[in-house]
Amino acid sequence: MNIRNDIAPPTEWPEGQLSRVPYWTFQREDVYAREQARIYQGKTWNYLCLEVEIAEPGDYVATHIGDTPVIVTRAEDGEIYAFENRCAHRGALLALDDRGKAKDFTCVYHAWTYSLQGDLTGIAFKDGIGGKGGMPDNFCMAKHGPMKLRVTTLYGLVFGSFSNEVPAIEEYLGDEVLACVERVLKGRKLEVIGRFTQQLPNNWKLYFENVKDSYHASILHLFFTTFEINRLSQKGAIIVSEDGGNHVSYSAIDPDAERDEDYAKEKIRSESDYRLADPSLLDNFEEFGDGVTLQILSVFPGFVLQQIQNCIAVRQIIPQSVEQTELNWTYLGFTDDTPEQRRIRLKQSNLVGPAGYVSMEDGCVGGFVQRGIAGVPEHSSIMEMGGHDAQSSESRVTEASIRGFWKAYRREMDV
Amino acid sequence: MTGVPLSQSELFHLIARAQAAYTRCVDDERAQSWPDFFTESCLYVVTTADNYAAGFEAGLMYADSRGMLEDRISALNEANIYEQQSYRHLLGQPDIRNVSDDGIDVETSFMVVRIMRNGGTSVFASGRYIDRYVVEQGRALLAKRIVVCDSKTIDTLLALPL
Repeated sequence: MNIRNDIAPPTEWPEGQLSRVPYWTFQREDVYAREQARIYQGKTWNYLCLEVEIAEPGDYVATHIGDTPVIVTRAEDGEIYAFENRCAHRGALLALDDRGKAKDFTCVYHAWTYSLQGDLTGIAFKDGIGGKGGMPDNFCMAKHGPMKLRVTTLYGLVFGSFSNEVPAIEEYLGDEVLACVERVLKGRKLEVIGRFTQQLPNNWKLYFENVKDSYHASILHLFFTTFEINRLSQKGAIIVSEDGGNHVSYSAIDPDAERDEDYAKEKIRSESDYRLADPSLLDNFEEFGDGVTLQILSVFPGFVLQQIQNCIAVRQIIPQSVEQTELNWTYLGFTDDTPEQRRIRLKQSNLVGPAGYVSMEDGCVGGFVQRGIAGVPEHSSIMEMGGHDAQSSESRVTEASIRGFWKAYRREMDV
Repeated sequence: MTGVPLSQSELFHLIARAQAAYTRCVDDERAQSWPDFFTESCLYVVTTADNYAAGFEAGLMYADSRGMLEDRISALNEANIYEQQSYRHLLGQPDIRNVSDDGIDVETSFMVVRIMRNGGTSVFASGRYIDRYVVEQGRALLAKRIVVCDSKTIDTLLALPL
């Protein structure tokens, strides 16, 4: 009988380097706290919102980087600013709505006021009343304010960072991943067509692993496979950025491969004669001129840009606790969509999100792992598909991009 | 379109009966005949109050034909993976907003608890149905149902329709 001693669980990474991940990383409060400090407040770019969501001066979005609440604004000078959503005085939230329009932010607690750039500009009763009370004369408002973030934009996406050391977003992504962002967004005017939030009953890393896991897609998601939206035998590839943290998985319809025998041979339940009563769901239009029907792109530590046929969306992963994660979906169209194209996007929205034909399983499978690994923090997952490294690959029967994530994770966490 | 003119009271009961049968179908019969409550060229969208107020058209589910509803059920039966679960809908009184040749516009509040296989029972969704019914051969059928959830958040996944 294996009785665990009453000691702190292991902190050593098991043998096998990137192809083993110990389960304690998904279970421990101290690991979670370290992630907040070293990853989310560390040398990373974190997706904040879309430029189109803060189009006019005064527009703001309140979101999170990890646990930390932040406000993103467009100020009077037309520039984008981001700063912590926290009053410098006693720590209360400044913005109480997810988005809106404001001239400034005044804390409801004691009316300390901040500009759209995040500067402290006013303190209620600063000089007291009738010459009595008030702040000391030497209190310097310029020295007190919420921490300001570095902000960068990329083809309509807004990212923020707490780090002055993190390289420019283009370098952070790497040329190949950058080119895939350009492919979807460059030169186009975005339009939000829906926003949904999904509460995931699992550690944030289990979802990010899932995004980077091209191996599971056609096995867990039957809908994909049956309709040849995605098969591992289709043309496609995996791109892993050199630092490991970012990835792209893409595929294109390859008519020659459609009768592939490999699926039947493996007796994967994806083989079925299930057919749609209304196949208009799969109507699509050539949007990119390259035949690529699926491109999933992830940016460390928590951003996803998705093109599944004409269904374009961004996803923002926000950890809330060791075992809870918020996943924010923003479904996108473009301002020059024809009514027919927009209708196709609306129909294809059935594919993704919390009720998506090819994504609803991702909402529960992380929870299956979280519950499955209870009690065995010292055990590890096995990720040897496609070898042990984290390189780009022409085969999507690989876990290279997940290993890439762990490469970046271990570097930033120093574990 | 409503055929023989019905009294207000008859209309109310016709719609109330249709809604009771709808919830029974979803809650107790795993939504197997759920598409039968809709017209052939219906619109069914599940969205949130925020999206609805902003005029965003996309839905968590979006179907503009009965065939697409049938596909939802086929996918739940054949393709999608989710832990065993069921709903219990509690509906408010149907509020008949307007009656015209195009149909009967009705709003009804709902609350849905979800019962998971481990026994966990929790409030899964609340909101309102924004409906247009038409009466065909004495039956009230949904030409449109916009399910406007109060919360922006869906816990884990949305499998069965609301």
